[in-house]
Amino acid sequence: MRYEAPETIKAAVGLLIKARGQSRILAGGTDLMVQMRSGMLEPDLIMDIKRIPGMRDIVPEKGGFRIGAAVSGSELGEHAKVSKMWPGVVEAVELIGSTQIQGRATMVGNLCNASPAADSVPALIAVGATARIVGNKRTRDVPVETIAKAPGKTILAKGEFVSSVFLPKALPRTGSAYLRFIPRTEMDIAVVGSGVCLTLNPKGVVTKARVSLGAVAARALLVEEAADVLLGNKLNDDVLERLADIASDAATPINDKRGTVAFRKQVAGVLTRRAALIAFQRAKG
Amino acid sequence: MSNIHVTTTINGDETEYVCRPDESLLDVLRDRLGMSGTKEGCGTGDCGACSVTLDGRLVCSCLVMGAEVDGHKVETIEGMADGEDLHPLQQKFLEHAALQCGICTPGFLVAAQSLLERNLDPTETEVRYWLAGNLCRCTGYDKIVRAVLDTAKDMRKVAKKSSAKKTAKKGARHAA
Ligand SMILES: Cc1cc2nc3c(=O)[nH]c(=O)nc-3n(C[C@H](O)[C@H](O)[C@H](O)COP(=O)(O)OP(=O)(O)OC[C@H]3O[C@@H](n4cnc5c(N)ncnc54)[C@H](O)[C@@H]3O)c2cc1C
Ligand code: FES
Ligand code: FES
Repeated sequence: MRYEAPETIKAAVGLLIKARGQSRILAGGTDLMVQMRSGMLEPDLIMDIKRIPGMRDIVPEKGGFRIGAAVSGSELGEHAKVSKMWPGVVEAVELIGSTQIQGRATMVGNLCNASPAADSVPALIAVGATARIVGNKRTRDVPVETIAKAPGKTILAKGEFVSSVFLPKALPRTGSAYLRFIPRTEMDIAVVGSGVCLTLNPKGVVTKARVSLGAVAARALLVEEAADVLLGNKLNDDVLERLADIASDAATPINDKRGTVAFRKQVAGVLTRRAALIAFQRAKG
Repeated sequence: MSNIHVTTTINGDETEYVCRPDESLLDVLRDRLGMSGTKEGCGTGDCGACSVTLDGRLVCSCLVMGAEVDGHKVETIEGMADGEDLHPLQQKFLEHAALQCGICTPGFLVAAQSLLERNLDPTETEVRYWLAGNLCRCTGYDKIVRAVLDTAKDMRKVAKKSSAKKTAKKGARHAA
């Protein structure tokens, strides 16, 4: 096993291209170290990206904010502008682990670990975030919902890693929210997670909507039919009822000790309805 | 596996060590540097017994690589007391009997200190949430929470007095 901490993206990509065997990026290490310790993983190269300039920065950019891949949950939560503009994303990130985990865990690590239950991912999908992938030949920006392919698997090719996430500026009267269900009040893995982002016109009619579900499929889902129900409508009981039904139908969860299929489907509906109401309140300001 | 040479600052002292890439900061502290105050409960980020601060942020040292901390600053439980003088938190833990077996205690102390550095007037809920990543099998948590709240209260008084003194001094200087 080798540990490297390159100081430029170019050097990092070079190391990944040359590496034999398994390579792993090290951000906060809160997934990676646990996986290595359990014997699940024995990478040949561990590449720490935290010494690359920009990786720990949150910077305003035309049309939004760019969050470096090594920004920790605590750093994100302490950023007043980001917290104000994307409360749904920040509340999702802040659900990850304890104070100690928050001091290290990154949003991009959460995304690239590709767990279907990753808390920040439905929230990121809901606000239309994109991930910047750097690599040998080209740099590309992709919607975050395309990063995970299956549990533990991403679309990243050899030599590639995610350098940042871009959060597009919220339009006026936009609100976002994320809710998850866990059997305890802290420190647990989502049984269902739901992220909603809504934009309203001055009359309170939904003009833009995105809905995403976590932990109910092999990867977080963007549920377009759920957004369609909201578009052009106010959040009355009938619309919320239909929203919940569509969310329940879209969920294709597994049965396990943490929840049955029927329970998870029902909770997907309940949480989506509640998250939509919170997003709506936030959008009204 | 090639060894890595690391230079870092631990409790204010420049420290050098050599470690393997698969060693955690916790392994390095305990096994290479003989600083066994930091405890290992789970090794997977769940219990908080291994809590230290890294550049002022509370982290689990079992989830930090030894190699990563080159050029950074680490604070451990060994740096908490001032020689023979216990930190107010340590004193209050004794007074409130906030420990039994003591395995979790260094982690709780380091975590609580990190809270009080940021917020000297936390509510009970804030204390409980901040310490949610520290597990204790013995005390039932209540005495720990009381000890932290009581320390905060005392430290607020001291802070008030010293700021009053400072203002008084300033006033005196202005008068002169
Ligand atoms: C006690 C505990 C509680 C937890 N609670 C939660 C929870 O409530 N909700 C939740 O969702 N998760 C939880 N987690 C899991 C974990 O903390 C999160 O997934 C976290 O966001 C991972 O981020 P990291 O920076 O630590 O990732 P790392 O461990 O550094 O990396 C995770 C994976 O992603 C890859 N990777 C990291 N960065 C990049 C990059 N820039 N480009 C490409 N690949 C990359 C790594 O190689 C690795 O495979 C918990 C973990 C622990 C130990
Ligand atoms: S030993 Fe690190 S959290 Fe338990
Ligand atoms: S005192 Fe024994 S675990 Fe806390």
